[in-house]
Amino acid sequence: MTFSLLFDTMIAAFAVGAVAAMVLPLGALMRRLALTAAAIGSAAALALGVNVLRAGAIWTGRWDNLLQPLGGVSLRLDSLGAFFLVIVGFTGVPASLYAIGYLRHLDGHLRSRTTHAVFNMFLASMCLVPCADNVATFLFAWEMMALSSYLLVVSDPEQHDASSAGIWYAAMTHAGFLALLAAFVILAQGGSWEFSALHRAGATLTPAARGAVFLLMAAAFGSKAGLVPLHVWLPRAHPAAPSHASALMSAAMVNLGVYGLARVVFDLLPPGPPWWGGLLLAVGVITALTGVLYSVAETHLKRVLAYSTVENLGLVFIGLGFALLMRGYGYGPLASMGLVAALLHALNHAVFKNLLFLAAGSVVHGTHGASMEAFGGLIKRMPMTAVLSLVGALALAGLPPINGFPSEWLTFQLLVAGAQHTAPALAIVLPLALAGVALVAGLAAVSGVRLFGITFLALPRSPGARDAHESAGIMIAAMAIPAVTCVVLGVAPTLVIPQLSRIASDLGQPAGPLSEGLALSVPLVGSRLWPAVITLLMVGTGLAAAVAVRLAGRARSVRIDAAWNCGRIIQSPRSEYTAAAFAEPLKRVFTGFYRPRQEVTVDVHPASRYFVRAIRLRADLTPWMEQMLYEPLLRATQAASNRMRQIHSGSIHFYLALLPAALLALLLIARWIP
Amino acid sequence: MRAILFIAGQTLLLAVLAPAVIGYVRFVKARLQGRRGAGVCQPYRELRKTFGKGMVIAESASWIFRAAPFAVIGATIAAASLVPVVSASQPADRAGDLFVLAALLMLGTFFLALGGLDPGTAFGGMGSSREMTVAALTEPTLAIAVLTLALTTGSTSLGVIAGSVLGTPAYAVGPGHALAFAAFLIAMIAETGRLPVDNPSTHLELTMIHEAMILEYSGPYLALIEWAAGIRLTLLMTLAANLFVPWGMATSLAAPAVAAGLVAILVKLGVLGLFLAVLETRVAKLRLFRVPELLALSFTLALLAAASSFFTR
Repeated sequence: MTFSLLFDTMIAAFAVGAVAAMVLPLGALMRRLALTAAAIGSAAALALGVNVLRAGAIWTGRWDNLLQPLGGVSLRLDSLGAFFLVIVGFTGVPASLYAIGYLRHLDGHLRSRTTHAVFNMFLASMCLVPCADNVATFLFAWEMMALSSYLLVVSDPEQHDASSAGIWYAAMTHAGFLALLAAFVILAQGGSWEFSALHRAGATLTPAARGAVFLLMAAAFGSKAGLVPLHVWLPRAHPAAPSHASALMSAAMVNLGVYGLARVVFDLLPPGPPWWGGLLLAVGVITALTGVLYSVAETHLKRVLAYSTVENLGLVFIGLGFALLMRGYGYGPLASMGLVAALLHALNHAVFKNLLFLAAGSVVHGTHGASMEAFGGLIKRMPMTAVLSLVGALALAGLPPINGFPSEWLTFQLLVAGAQHTAPALAIVLPLALAGVALVAGLAAVSGVRLFGITFLALPRSPGARDAHESAGIMIAAMAIPAVTCVVLGVAPTLVIPQLSRIASDLGQPAGPLSEGLALSVPLVGSRLWPAVITLLMVGTGLAAAVAVRLAGRARSVRIDAAWNCGRIIQSPRSEYTAAAFAEPLKRVFTGFYRPRQEVTVDVHPASRYFVRAIRLRADLTPWMEQMLYEPLLRATQAASNRMRQIHSGSIHFYLALLPAALLALLLIARWIP
Repeated sequence: MRAILFIAGQTLLLAVLAPAVIGYVRFVKARLQGRRGAGVCQPYRELRKTFGKGMVIAESASWIFRAAPFAVIGATIAAASLVPVVSASQPADRAGDLFVLAALLMLGTFFLALGGLDPGTAFGGMGSSREMTVAALTEPTLAIAVLTLALTTGSTSLGVIAGSVLGTPAYAVGPGHALAFAAFLIAMIAETGRLPVDNPSTHLELTMIHEAMILEYSGPYLALIEWAAGIRLTLLMTLAANLFVPWGMATSLAAPAVAAGLVAILVKLGVLGLFLAVLETRVAKLRLFRVPELLALSFTLALLAAASSFFTR
């Protein structure tokens, strides 16, 4: 079977990569081999996913002797899993190729061994998650994914905040793991741990138990996907990890949270009450708004991207929640449309976020800075990276003709169709969601302009940016893969629509076709989007105008001179707009959300307070979500561990007395539990 | 083929008409303020003059600065091609709807803002930042206005909306449409940088939004940007006229009906231009940080419009 062959190739390649990283002598050969193996493994995963999707087949595999006490390894790849395997594979290839050039500076360092080996392990575990068909395999792959990504987050000793980011990440991911475990225990009811058995068991659960399973799963997978308020680890961990790893975390790993929840609510659990969907929809809107508002205000380049990930996963969850809500009320075609929109946006976001994180890595690599305030003028020093980033910024802004737009358009249509075709009591809440999505779209455009404009345009604002250098050829080539895909998916989103519709119908939500030829079409609201024509018109007009200017202007003079700047003679990078300045109007408009803090220190001459020597302004935002939710939790944990510490009296007699007391307590508990 | 020619004709009409609309608004404004004012055709002369001039390009600018005017004009023309101008039967409905139009306008703003940031001057950055803020805050109003139209007419496609309001005039006098019209007008003013959001004829850099962004542009590039701004105003005015008050539009592509539609749109643009001129004579520019309040007002209107559409459904 070709499927099995591809799967074996994938696992073998990752294994070879990991082993090569551990045993080969330190150096360029080891790096190339380990990372090429990762790229081959990802390509095999991509091929496996694409083949399963195209054939409409289901691939299964079993290894009873592995993980035996837990029920063996059981794999099954259906269309939903294959789709997410495609996302992992497709983002894995560029990330691995990019790392070949990006991690050159690690050659000769001992930590390059673990970095390369763990990277292979991370990819392998992410490929396993969508294939898993029983609880043991799933949790094993899930935990391996969490562990390896944790190791990647803390792998760079030069990142000073990496260890704190790692603690946040580890705590959140393990709380999620516990929730997952509890949900599976409730769902399995002590029976078999195979997913097919869980599917049957789900039907016999009481509504309350089903609700509990849903909430636990939503919390567990939602924390992985960065749903507010469980997103706090994401803007910490993603920037701390090396860029090829953050590209994978942001593009692939968070999407597996989406996969997990989709698997549970559309496959394992029977159709639930509408409030499930309503909850996800509301949380999705809040997540998208929170993410975009912070991404507009943040100045650390990779944190801007991390918050944008939060925003986009919010949009995905809006589609997912909408689908659940509509299924709950029995509007089948709307539910299916919601699923398609969610999956399409997950794919589009994965592609462009992969690109943007890799580009951010190039910028950080080339300038040795991390904050957007220290960049500027990079378009002249890193021309290729700039062009590729422009594609990414347009996608992030959700503008045609790049791939961020079609899925955003579909989300708009979704909410309009929902408001139009459902009972008024339900429809009346959808305009609010629509307004939220529209505000997100508008702010994302601000974020896109800021991201590209402040980083690449104007004059360099630091020595690092002045001496920036372009990335190696292989890094550019690796970034070109997602960039070209962004354009292709933006011009012809219909290439993937049939597959997405098939996934929706495999999940029990069949619907009419959403595409006609190369155009997306939504018959429910009678609207169409034919991106190819729009692009042709736009590019055609632009080129025609360029030719006209060129022809008419042969005799005209073009003078390159100092910027006019309203008559100011000297132009200095100190007077140009910075990332913080660019966001200032929005910070004022949304003061209630940002809660900005300002601190002005004026240093005056001792002789007179009218001679000011320096004025220092410190401005930052109050992280009130964390203060409100996590600080009480942290304080409680601290207090509890302080209590516990009192036991450590140092007296051996006391410890010995504790032992039988604990034993007695356990025996008593065991007596009461049947 | 006929459909393509028709779309091209309508788009061309909007593009050619755009400077005249600007000139007309300026002329009426001048008369209202007791001045004689330049003729309606003055913007054509200005465009020709600017187009023929030499250019000075800042040495700190990159290729983005040179590409932005073309991207802006491309996106604006693409948006204009979606607008039903003289006939409610709009073949371009097959290419995109109102959301696409809004996104194309946003694309133009996006590149204009990049062009403003590129030379690295303080005013350019200031203009970009303000323009993007206003554009972002206008989006929800536009989306809800679209929703209101879709709720009564059953579609977000421009031609279909105009056609079904033509077919059922009761839609147009319902509270939903009236409120949405008011919301749309405010959004239009914000999107095109007119008073009270932005003053197109200001000479004071600190109060500028749109003009600050394009301070560094000169010659043909400036001409293209000015022309695109004119098209943007004209297309949004045409939309306001034809989506909410579609009477007079042709329902087919037959020649007499199209001719009548042409007259109708000219009359409607005349009335809307008059409204704009009166408004700009009566109100003063808002402080930048009062603009969000205006936009919040228009958003509330749009939301009320959507809500009332539910109740009258």
